[in-house]
Amino acid sequence: MFVLEGQGVTKYFGGLAAVSDVDFHVDQGEIVGLIGPNGAGKTTLFGLISAALVPNSGTIRFKGENITGLRPHQICKKGLARTFQSVKVFSDMPVINNVVLGVHFGTSERVKAAQAANEADRLLEFVGLSGRAMVPAKDLTLVNQKLLEVARALATKPEVLLLDEIMAGLNSTEITQAMELVSKIRAQGITIFMIEHVMKAIMSVCDRIMVLDHGKKIAEGTPQEIATSKMVVEVYLGE
Amino acid sequence: MIQLSWASIRASKSYLIPGIILLVGLIVLAGLPSFGPKYSVIFLSTIFMYIVLTTGWVMFSGPTRQISLATAVFFGIGIYIAAILGKHMPLLVMVLIGGLASSVMALLVGSLTLRLKGVYFTIFTFGLLELIKNAINWYEVTFTGTRGRFVVVVDNNTIYLYMLAITVLTVLTAFLIRRSKYGLALQSIGEQEEAAAHIGINVTLMKVSIFAISAFFMGAAGAVMATRWTYIDPFMAFNMNYSFTPVLMAIFGGVGQLGGVVSGAIIFAYLEQILITKYPFYYMLVFGIVMVVSVLFLPNGLAGVVKNWRARTTGGRYVRT
Repeated sequence: MFVLEGQGVTKYFGGLAAVSDVDFHVDQGEIVGLIGPNGAGKTTLFGLISAALVPNSGTIRFKGENITGLRPHQICKKGLARTFQSVKVFSDMPVINNVVLGVHFGTSERVKAAQAANEADRLLEFVGLSGRAMVPAKDLTLVNQKLLEVARALATKPEVLLLDEIMAGLNSTEITQAMELVSKIRAQGITIFMIEHVMKAIMSVCDRIMVLDHGKKIAEGTPQEIATSKMVVEVYLGE
Repeated sequence: MIQLSWASIRASKSYLIPGIILLVGLIVLAGLPSFGPKYSVIFLSTIFMYIVLTTGWVMFSGPTRQISLATAVFFGIGIYIAAILGKHMPLLVMVLIGGLASSVMALLVGSLTLRLKGVYFTIFTFGLLELIKNAINWYEVTFTGTRGRFVVVVDNNTIYLYMLAITVLTVLTAFLIRRSKYGLALQSIGEQEEAAAHIGINVTLMKVSIFAISAFFMGAAGAVMATRWTYIDPFMAFNMNYSFTPVLMAIFGGVGQLGGVVSGAIIFAYLEQILITKYPFYYMLVFGIVMVVSVLFLPNGLAGVVKNWRARTTGGRYVRT
């Protein structure tokens, strides 16, 4: 049984099929990459998995259970967290409160305020943001806001984490750090499904890669297979 | 290394001294009917009414940033409950029913419309006010044959004490919610609703609940105040001023801080009472000028002024928002 699985997932925006009949699966403990040209439907697929969008057809299963049609907060409580391509931090709040909210509401258990603050402190340190805890989130750099989103998602104690382009706009040092962070998250037993354009990162960090183009899955395989696939190169280089 | 954690800052902030001052103030206010001038009781009841409406409005619209103009609806429902049930039951029961009826209305309206965003929600709430006002007017004229109703008469001291109690409960509730994780969650909904939902917050439930809680206090206040007016009709009970004035008071005081909201309500209500008695023809004009000036020069209201001043005197250190 796969931890996350989709069958025939389809989403139309007007007449346009943003995601069309896509099957996918993610195994426990895997890091799966999702790549494809702009407008391929990657973020839409993440939206469908996290219930921000409702698919027109198809089913999505989490740990064998059909989660299609649940609401976003229910999906989160089941153990599926996400970050956003365009960052959505709570910008007027101190950084730590962003994470504290995740601790309080991400699971069904009740957490005491002091305990939640400690957990949030720990997570901020984990992503490398300790020391910025009391700063309003809007005063962080874009890179740090993305890290804050990761910390906030981790605060909900996910089993599967959907990362939507956390490395976009990072310089090469920061990319190396982000890759380390992804490996560190996996080492905690969290399964990762990530969208990324930074090829160096996706090739070295992922166990398996899926390629979307025009809403369809066109290839799937190990990083080596994808890098040498003629079809993928064509889609990317437009030959 | 200095570790600033959220919990430690909160724990170190002492509520002891302001708490004692508040308590003494409340005892004095509660004893006022026995020693104060007769008019002060009536005057303060009106101020209490505005504190309840403004604090109630801020409870929902402050953190969620969805401007509601339904305040007068909930207040008016309380008024009508008093007019219909006042003669048949004790005051306390009537007030509770007034609050509950408004809450039920808020639940209904909330679950239907809180998906509406921004200005659409605001326009809906305003439309609701007109709808209910005219629907009741039509009912009264068609079926009872009279437009207005007489309300049971209650003495001014009792009204005063009820309003004081409702005010204390409203402000206390707002304070406790604001400090709790639910207050934080409401704020997150106002800032990034989508992200809030994706970290496990049941956005709709949260919004509808706070809408209903705030409506309870508005309705209860309406039920009490109705007894002072002795005669009411739909155009008095569902007067749109009760929707707009609280918004103005909250903006004037500063939506961000409860102290600002309450002082905004007090100062504005005081101003209204003075102006309406001394300059009955110019009071709306002065009102408007005060409003324009405060929006232009005090974008964060009175609370913002105090905060800036404090930031300057403490050498610009980060001030808790």
